Amino acid sequence: MALKKPPRIKVPQSMSAGEIVEIKTLATHIMETGNRKDAAGNRIPRDIIHTFTATFAGAPVFSAALGPGISANPYIAFFLKVPGPGTLELIWLDDEGDRTVKKVPLNVV
Amino acid sequence: MADTTRILVLDRRDFVLGSGAAALVAALLGAGRAADAAAANERSPEFEAALANLIKGATPKEGGIDMDLPEAVENGAYVPVGLSVESPMTPQNHVNAIHLLSTLNPHADVATFRFTPLSGKARVTSRMRLAKTQEVVAVAALSDGTFLMSMRYVDVKIGGCGI
Repeated sequence: MALKKPPRIKVPQSMSAGEIVEIKTLATHIMETGNRKDAAGNRIPRDIIHTFTATFAGAPVFSAALGPGISANPYIAFFLKVPGPGTLELIWLDDEGDRTVKKVPLNVV
Repeated sequence: MADTTRILVLDRRDFVLGSGAAALVAALLGAGRAADAAAANERSPEFEAALANLIKGATPKEGGIDMDLPEAVENGAYVPVGLSVESPMTPQNHVNAIHLLSTLNPHADVATFRFTPLSGKARVTSRMRLAKTQEVVAVAALSDGTFLMSMRYVDVKIGGCGI
């Protein structure tokens, strides 16, 4: 299932090169575990965001491989040592092949 | 007048009886907790397999991962978890990954968080599901090929639904 609405991303309003800043992300996703059954007793197929990646100018910053043990609407906060002005690219991939990409320009002063 | 004063000031005998009762209650509570802890030391075969697969015969160093998890939660569906390892995060010396494992969930592998020197800090915050009271284990893979392992016991009142 695709994200119901665009992910929420929070970065500092401004930052300086070399500073370590926290990037907070929240995706709206059911994170269906694959262990639950519907009213008729049929297993509900697994549907989770299994991969999250963050890159800066093509260089990997942080990534996460998620399992069904991550809560619905996965919140992930990580850090970036700001290399300089540029754009952070965030990608969420789910079991149904949905790919959500967000480009976050950083205000480096 | 003298009687009123007596009510306000606890005499020695009352104090001794009172503290004896308090100690007894504390001992009973302690026994209950010890039983819970023993139950939480159970580890699923899935967990043992997942851990063996991660460390591949290496012996992880105990401790070194700061695990920010509540001691007890009402609802296992949303358990805030923060993981961090002190590291200079240079190309020569950094944390490659922190693996988050559950000892009693149906799926032992909860998540793997991978870092690079661009991360600046080996620190991540997320939210996890816990099916029941159990130990949560974190394993950090360092750039020199060694591992750190830490664990935290979390008391869960209501398990995360359908994990």
